[in-house]
Amino acid sequence: MTETLVPFDEVLEKYDPAMGLEVHVELNTNTKMFCGCPATFGGEPNSQVCPTCLGLPGSMPVVNAKAVESAIRIGLALNGKIAEWCRFARKNYFYPDMPKNFQTSQYDEPIVYDGYLDVEVEGETYRVEIERAHMEEDTGKTTHIGGATGRIHGADYSLVDYNRAGIPLIEIVTRPILGAGAKAPQVAKAYVAALREILLGLGVSDVRMDQGSMRCDVNLSLAPKGSGTLGTRTETKNVNSLRSVERAVRFEMSRHAGILDAGEAIFQETRHFHEDTGTTSAGRAKSDADDYRYFPEPDLVPVAPSREWVEELRASLPERTADKRARLQVEWGYSELEMRDVWAAGALSLIEATVAEGASAQTARKWWMAELSRSANDRGVELAELGVTPVQVAEVQKLVDAKTLTDKLARQVFEGLLAGEGTVSEIIDARGLAVVSDDGALGAAVDEAIASQPAVAEKIRGGNQAAAGALIGAVMKATGGKADAKRVRELILEKLA
Amino acid sequence: MSDLILKSAAELADSLAAGETTSVELTQVHLDRIAAVDGDVHAFLHIDAEGALSQAAASDARRANGDALHALDGVPIAVKDVLTTIGLPTTCGSKMLEGWVPPYDATVVKKIKDAGLPILGKTNMDEFAMGSSTEHSAYGPTRNPWKLDRIPGGSGGGSAAAVAAYEAPLALGTDTGGSIRQPGAVTGTVGVKPTYGSVSRYGLVALANSLDQVGPVTRTVLDSALLHELIGGHDPLDSTSTTTPVTGLVDAARAGATGDLKGLKVGVIKELAGEGWAPDVMRKFNESVDLLTKLGADVVEVSTPSFEHAMAAYYLILPAECSSNLAKFDAMRYGLRVTPDGSPSAEDVMKASRDAGFGDEVKRRIILGTYALSSGYYDAYYGQAQKIRTLIIEDFKEAFEQVDVLVSPTSPSTAFPLGAKLDDPLAMYMQDLATIPANLAGTPGISIPAGVSDVDGLPVGVQLLAPVLEDARLYRVGAALEGAIGPVLSIDKLEVAR
Repeated sequence: MTETLVPFDEVLEKYDPAMGLEVHVELNTNTKMFCGCPATFGGEPNSQVCPTCLGLPGSMPVVNAKAVESAIRIGLALNGKIAEWCRFARKNYFYPDMPKNFQTSQYDEPIVYDGYLDVEVEGETYRVEIERAHMEEDTGKTTHIGGATGRIHGADYSLVDYNRAGIPLIEIVTRPILGAGAKAPQVAKAYVAALREILLGLGVSDVRMDQGSMRCDVNLSLAPKGSGTLGTRTETKNVNSLRSVERAVRFEMSRHAGILDAGEAIFQETRHFHEDTGTTSAGRAKSDADDYRYFPEPDLVPVAPSREWVEELRASLPERTADKRARLQVEWGYSELEMRDVWAAGALSLIEATVAEGASAQTARKWWMAELSRSANDRGVELAELGVTPVQVAEVQKLVDAKTLTDKLARQVFEGLLAGEGTVSEIIDARGLAVVSDDGALGAAVDEAIASQPAVAEKIRGGNQAAAGALIGAVMKATGGKADAKRVRELILEKLA
Repeated sequence: MSDLILKSAAELADSLAAGETTSVELTQVHLDRIAAVDGDVHAFLHIDAEGALSQAAASDARRANGDALHALDGVPIAVKDVLTTIGLPTTCGSKMLEGWVPPYDATVVKKIKDAGLPILGKTNMDEFAMGSSTEHSAYGPTRNPWKLDRIPGGSGGGSAAAVAAYEAPLALGTDTGGSIRQPGAVTGTVGVKPTYGSVSRYGLVALANSLDQVGPVTRTVLDSALLHELIGGHDPLDSTSTTTPVTGLVDAARAGATGDLKGLKVGVIKELAGEGWAPDVMRKFNESVDLLTKLGADVVEVSTPSFEHAMAAYYLILPAECSSNLAKFDAMRYGLRVTPDGSPSAEDVMKASRDAGFGDEVKRRIILGTYALSSGYYDAYYGQAQKIRTLIIEDFKEAFEQVDVLVSPTSPSTAFPLGAKLDDPLAMYMQDLATIPANLAGTPGISIPAGVSDVDGLPVGVQLLAPVLEDARLYRVGAALEGAIGPVLSIDKLEVAR
């Protein structure tokens, strides 16, 4: 198979991309989809299991009503229709981490259908149509021990943790996204980001892509430019950050174009995405004829949410994202461009939370969009996954406002937070970052600076206030940068008046 | 042998209440009977003498304090090996589950434990309840206590034979296409398939989830009513369980015992007669119909034209569901594991284990079901079968607009010799011709002994069918007919006599 990558711009000269995104979201319900086991993350392996989620003979499922409620709320927030009557179905296939060797899912009767989500890329709006969202259960988690790749082939043995088996999942599937052209990678990222923001607002999931509570499969195909057809697709599985979604689309476009340019055919398969290189590699062959022998789950009765309940849930939905964005832009006094950047960076909720903790909108934006965005970029992670919380940002800003910290010292506090050195106050203590505001201590340093640079002092006495900079620098150096520069200047000018 | 074993469960309950006997004594005499005859009958796969006696002692202690939990507290029972039991093996008659001890009780098992019934042991069955003769058990067949070279029916041959041989006064069975009623018919015992959803299936190792139902296996109609009321009712662990309370069955059985059926309309199912139905069975059946008339019932013939497709629909729906149910037996977490030589993959281990663990009939149905669900065939097979199912439900509905209960022979023949149909699956499947429609429609049914054949002296069963949730009608009519027919089973008629 040819692995010639065609430069992105050249891809677009000859081909139209089509994308399909399948996003799995783990719900944050207290209990699992079909049993009463805790659905929390990180327990001792195989400690949160029972006959039902282990698939023991004779066990039976019972639907988690809270998960159904979450599914409906997600559907409504995605402008979807809620089925009046739908069923679960069995998806049959063998895998060691599948307790029953079938996944209880939904097939041709999803709870949500025909939705859409408008996303914005560089000021342009794209409507992403959502075909369906359905409920299902997660599988166990397999860890392959030994072997070079960490995959099942070549492993010495494998360990299975069934704590994850039965965690409620919602799978949200788009219709083919056409016409995005050069912006396809950004549209894909913007869609997942917007979806993430909505789910966060609904409070139905932790949506931590890094922890797998939100996982994205990226389907991509290319068709000859203007042909209006759909090419053969590949499905890149488990793309686990917003940035990776964009990169996966971009890479697959270049790779597909290389194969098509060489006159070869795209092999329909799943692909693995590699975070380190931004490339994909072949997974398993996947044909449309994969036969999961779906049939309605006979152990469950149909789910038939009453229209009254659906309307109650609709009435209690949080503010729509677009409305919220417009409202906050006014409240915060941001420019159109500032707001667009905030949105694109996925910082809206972060800034909102920071403001809620008492910071001003301007300072919150400054920290998240400058200092912290830079750090996130350096680390190749999303802002929300950086590890600094809105509460911490607000706390640091409060200290700046109180002149306990300068902006420069505040940046060092963030450095400490990112390095995991403890809480804000612990870092200030450990690093000795508090501003020296005691005039007595500062006075001594100022006197010392004046004494050591008599020529400069003379210039200032002569009315040249600009010369104070040299003395301020000396004082700052002597205090290890902890002095308030403004106050130092005042003291110097007072003493040399 | 103690004459205590000849008593019905209701009589034993009365003796316990009157202080004439103790649960320990009752349990011991049944364990003695098991020890004496089960070598011949092989009704049990596991006998729990120690557990049963300790539950019996606890029951006696409660009763001495006036704290009896239920009328049947202290009356021992046998449980089909397809129901999970804490601390007792549950094999489903399969090598696949040899040695598996479940960590949880089926809801019905919990209910009988909570009512204080000592569990004598687990009874034999066709592997995963697939069969009509108990010959498909991986642990060897059960024999009919009437004549040891005959089959006891299936899949619940163990429960029926245990009750017929006086090894237990009560047993639990499960009925997917007749597995309680057909064994009842060929062993001269009473068996009931309750309305689908009225008895919890939680802890019943599923054969076909949409057809399975747990029910009583007893020697009298009243005993079935007592056990049925005990195990019935809503279970939050079973989503398909109905919320209608299961009551009035014992009252119905007592009312029926007065023998008055005036005003009752009975329909004889036209389609369940004729070719394929043994003449001696039909003669006994017609006697029962005459008795119903004598008891005051108005008997008419009704037609249920879709019943002729019931067998075909059943053998698509059942294999489809069971092919998926049995996928969980993959040697990963429990049950048999066979590891091929070399460095086998997980898939190799699954294949080898499933090949070694499942018998031929199980494999046959897994293959049938996998095929029926395959893409491209689904609509033609599974889809069509579901349509037939709807037609059968409509047939029942129309019939019950004309009559209160339907009546038919339970099984087309008396007990056949062991091995006679083993090489002919279709002939074996025909055993359930009359019982399958009730499973497809979810309606309740009872089989009671109609007498013995004038050809081979073996028991014949008569089946009564009622509308969904009208199980009480079966008990009223069943008890009346039982009284008119008179005793069919007696220990002296058995090859395993006193």
